[in-house]
Amino acid sequence: MVEKQTSGIDFSEAPVPVSEWQRFRRVFFERKLVMFGLIVLLLLVIAAIFAPLLTPYNPIKGDLADSLQPPSSKHLLGTDIQGRDILSRLIFGSRTALAVGFLTVAIAGICGVTLGLIAGYFGGVVNMVIMRTMDALMGFPMLLLALVIAALLGSGLQNVIIALGVATLPGYARVMHGLTLSVRENDYILAQRAMGASNIRVMFKHILPNALPPMIVLITLQLGALILAEAALSFLGIGIKPPTPAWGGMVADGYRYLSSRPWLSFAPGVVIMLVVFAFNLVGDGLRDALDPRLRGLL
Amino acid sequence: MAELLRVENLRTQFHTDSGLVKAVDGVSYHIEEQEIIGLVGESGCGKSVSQLSVMQLISAPGEIASGKVIFRGQDLLQFKANGPEMRSVRGAKIAMIFQEPMTSLNPVLTINRQLTEMLELHLGMNGMAARERAIELLDIVGIPSAQSRIGDYPHQFSGGMRQRVMIAIALSCNPDILIADEPTTALDVTTQAQLLELMKEIVERFNTSLVIVTHNLGVVARYAQRIYIMYAGRIIEEGTTKDIFGDPRHPYTIGLLKCIPRLDEEEGRKLVPIEGLPPNLINMPPTCAFLPRCSYKTERCSREPWPPLTHHYGQHYVSCFINTEGKTYEPAAK
Repeated sequence: MVEKQTSGIDFSEAPVPVSEWQRFRRVFFERKLVMFGLIVLLLLVIAAIFAPLLTPYNPIKGDLADSLQPPSSKHLLGTDIQGRDILSRLIFGSRTALAVGFLTVAIAGICGVTLGLIAGYFGGVVNMVIMRTMDALMGFPMLLLALVIAALLGSGLQNVIIALGVATLPGYARVMHGLTLSVRENDYILAQRAMGASNIRVMFKHILPNALPPMIVLITLQLGALILAEAALSFLGIGIKPPTPAWGGMVADGYRYLSSRPWLSFAPGVVIMLVVFAFNLVGDGLRDALDPRLRGLL
Repeated sequence: MAELLRVENLRTQFHTDSGLVKAVDGVSYHIEEQEIIGLVGESGCGKSVSQLSVMQLISAPGEIASGKVIFRGQDLLQFKANGPEMRSVRGAKIAMIFQEPMTSLNPVLTINRQLTEMLELHLGMNGMAARERAIELLDIVGIPSAQSRIGDYPHQFSGGMRQRVMIAIALSCNPDILIADEPTTALDVTTQAQLLELMKEIVERFNTSLVIVTHNLGVVARYAQRIYIMYAGRIIEEGTTKDIFGDPRHPYTIGLLKCIPRLDEEEGRKLVPIEGLPPNLINMPPTCAFLPRCSYKTERCSREPWPPLTHHYGQHYVSCFINTEGKTYEPAAK
C-alpha cells in the first residue's frame, strides 16, 4: 500500500488492518445463505454421528403391522411397506450418504489432484500417459461404469465408492492439470526454482496452494453430486444393499406408491435436494473466503 | 580480484515448430569477485536466456546445447538440472532477481513464509530464528516497520516494495553472485533509482558480485564496471564502462548510444534510432546478424561469416570487421 508522505493528512480514518481470520469470518460466516448451508450440513453430521440416539425405531427391522402408515405423532414421516419408520431410516441414511461422499472425494480427490499435478508440471511423456488414461476413463459414463463394477464386484458401500471414485477421478485430474499448467507459468514458480526449490517442493508448496481455491469449490460441489449419484445408484438397485438405509433406495421403495403415499419418496427426495443445495452454498462461500485474489474486493 | 564465474561458449537452443532458435549462440563472459557487470541488449537478444542457462533453468523445448559455466572451478553444467548439487547452488551461491516484481512472489504465502523458506532450504534455520533473520533482512532492504509487515501477503505491498522483498530473499543466503534480470524495468523511474542504489549498497556490504541484465544503458553506465553488449544471441562488444561509452566500436553499440539523450552533450543533437528490426532468430544466416541494419557495412561483411570477438585494446573486444574510422582490423584469436 502506498504511504502518504504529505503532512496534514488525517490518518484516523485509514482502514484498520484486518487479519486473515477476521476476513474469512466476515466473508464466510456473515452470509445468510452460507450459514443456511452450514446449518444443514451440521445437522447432517450430527444426525450421522448420533443416529442411534436420535431414532426411536430400528431402521432395519420394522413392524409389519404398522406397514405404510401415513405421517402421525407416532411415526413423524410415516412408515414404509415393511413398517419401518421413515424418519429413522432417513437419519441412518445420512451415514451412508456422508460415508460415500467423503470417502469417495478423499480417495478420488487425492489421486486425481496428484496425477493432474504431476502431468501438468512435468509435461511431455508423463503428461501424455496420465492425461490420455484420464480421457479414456472419462469416456465411460459414470452409471455404466458403476453398473460394470457392480456386476463384477457386487453392490455394497465399498463398491459404490470404488465405482464413483473411478468415475470422478479424471475430473479432478483434468481440473488440476489445467490449473497446474497456468500456475506453472507464473514468475514466482521460476523464482522458486531459481532459489533452489526441488520439484516436489514447487509442486506441493507453491503450485498446489495456488490451485486450491478452485479445487475446494470442485470438491464441495462434487460432495453434493456424489450423494446424488449414490442415490441414483441405490435407486437403480446397484448401490447400497437394501436393508441398509440409503436415501436413493428409499426413493425407489416409495416410487411404487407415489400416487397414494407420496411422502415415501418425497421425504428422502427433499433431504437429498437440501443436502446437495447446502454443499453448493458452502462451496461457493468457501471459494469467496479462500481466494486471496478476492482479498480487498470482498 | 579473483575470477568467480566464467561462462565459456554457451549455446542454448529452442526447438520450435518453425525451426531451431539459437537464443544464445556462443556466449562467453566472466565476472570477478565483488564486481558489477552489465549485460545489455534489446528484447529477445538472449540476455535473459543466457542467465537462466547459467542456473540451468531452461525447460523444454529449450536445451543447453554446449558450453561451460565454471563457478569456483566447478562446471555447473556437469550437474543434473534438478539434482541436489544444482539446487544447492541456486539461491545459496547464485541468486536471481526477476523483472516482474508484481508476479515474482507467490500470492498465497505470506512474506514471512517466502523469506524463511530460503533460510530453511539452504541454511537449515527455522522457527523464531528464521523469523528474526527475515525481519532483519527486510530491514536491510528498507521495508519500513518490517516487524509488523512480515506477516503480510504480497498483494499488500507495492511494486517497489515487492522488488525489495525479492532482493531480501535473494540475499538471504548471502550468495556469491546476484543476477538481476531487468530488476527495475517494471517500476517507475524514481523507484528504479532507489532500488539500484539499494542493490549497489547491498552488494558492497555483502561482498556479492552483481550481474545487471538490462536494455537500459543508463542503468549500467552508473553502476557497472564492465559491460557486455549482446545482439542476436551473441556478445558483440565487451569492455569497461569507460570503453563502451567513450569509445564504442561496434556499429550496434554506436547506434544504441546515438539513440539515448545525454546531459553532457551540445544542444540540438538529434537522436538517431537504429533502422530496422532485430532479426528473427530462426534459421539465421552465417553472416553478421546486424548486417541488414548496419550503416557501416562493407562488401566483406556479406561475404564472410560473423567475425568472432576480437581483442581491441585493454579489456575491449569487438566483433566487427570495421571500426568507425573505416579502418579494418583483422580478427585474431582472443
